[in-house]
Amino acid sequence: MRNIFLFIRRYFNLLVFLLFQALSIYLIVSYSKFHHAMFGHSANIVTGGVNKKYNNIQSYFQLKSSNDSLLKANEYLYNQLQAGSNDPDSIINKTLYPVKGDSTSTPRGFQYLGAKVVANSTAAQNNYVVLYGNNVSEFNTPMAVVDPNNNVVGSIREVSGNYAVVMSLLHKDSRLSAKLLKTGETGTMTWEGNQPNIFSLAGIPKDVKLTKGDSVITSGFSTTFPKGLLLGRIESVQKDPSSNSLKVSVRSACNFYNLQYAYAIFNPQKATIDKLLEKNKVKSD
Amino acid sequence: MSLLVKSILRFTLFILIQAFVLDKILLHKLVTPNLYFLFLLWLPFRINRTLLMLIGFLLGFTLDSFHHQPGFHTAACVLVAYLRPFLVNVFIPQKGAEANFESPSARSMGGLLPYMMFAAILTLFHHAWLFLLEAWQFGGFWYFIFKTLLSTLISLGLILITELIVVRKQKFLTNTV
Repeated sequence: MRNIFLFIRRYFNLLVFLLFQALSIYLIVSYSKFHHAMFGHSANIVTGGVNKKYNNIQSYFQLKSSNDSLLKANEYLYNQLQAGSNDPDSIINKTLYPVKGDSTSTPRGFQYLGAKVVANSTAAQNNYVVLYGNNVSEFNTPMAVVDPNNNVVGSIREVSGNYAVVMSLLHKDSRLSAKLLKTGETGTMTWEGNQPNIFSLAGIPKDVKLTKGDSVITSGFSTTFPKGLLLGRIESVQKDPSSNSLKVSVRSACNFYNLQYAYAIFNPQKATIDKLLEKNKVKSD
Repeated sequence: MSLLVKSILRFTLFILIQAFVLDKILLHKLVTPNLYFLFLLWLPFRINRTLLMLIGFLLGFTLDSFHHQPGFHTAACVLVAYLRPFLVNVFIPQKGAEANFESPSARSMGGLLPYMMFAAILTLFHHAWLFLLEAWQFGGFWYFIFKTLLSTLISLGLILITELIVVRKQKFLTNTV
């Protein structure tokens, strides 16, 4: 017994060091579990407050580019409003209201909720975006996040107070079900961590003809991301001899470097769909 | 200014500069300049080793909170805090010099060269451990090697500049040893 105490006294610093290292590695490994704990929340509110102050100053330098992107978004929306308005056949106006029927009972498709980007990283291996706004406390996980031009930014990972932490597409855990706009094949889009703004798309069969510049959109298979949001455009295609599918790299549509505003997308039907899926799972077990 | 107040001010400044200046610079994907752990190098010689590691843990955790991924910088800072006393013993010119001066600096270590060697070894360990933990998730051996070496070089340049700009008053404490 005495020897044990002597050992602890002799190697006390080494033991403390190993303890701290173990604690750090535990933090890395169990990030999501830990972060829902109280400590992570309060840390988030402190860093969020500092980030907001910093962004107050920094956003002035990007006013021009954020104005340009808003102008582009408005142009798109006005064109949609005007589409077919001069056409005598009123049926074309239907494009604006795809869900027809009793307008009091039909559930609306998706709801966009705006927020300000107060912090954003692109240089790390796992990147996050922090949103701030008065309605952010109503956000929940995992909601899709898009930029003002409807390009995918990421999905919400955590909400505390008026701040929400968004897992950017530039993250090792980011996986998205993607679809080719032209031919309709679906695949999985991931980020390999080498180059910001370049993603890899796996699972596209070899016989599909692809050209540079083809659009890649969200498939709409998940309850988080609505169908048809632009993810990016094809940058290059390589044939992988060892597998049955193509190696496709995609240049992201969203410019992660100068995000200023973002929308979170709320899906009112998500709860219903999830409940159905849950029920089916129980039955099949 | 008392040591505690000075340290708290330094802690805040280093974290803010790292999180809002250095982390916003996109030099290259292989180069991430780190300066904040200089705080640990500037702490006094006579600090308790356990306390030093605890401070390292806090420093790393604070910076990690800004990156929303706890653990990486925390582990690297704890390693720096653990290794610092050994390196001080190696690089201090004669026995008892740590009693004469308050904290590590070019003057107390007998010249800029020994001090920069001391800083270089700690910087290398900091970056190697930090990027090893990242590479463990992302893979890539050469990526890890190049990122460690290049980032260490750039960070050392920053440390040298900081040492030249910031004048730390080094009181000559005693002559008795």
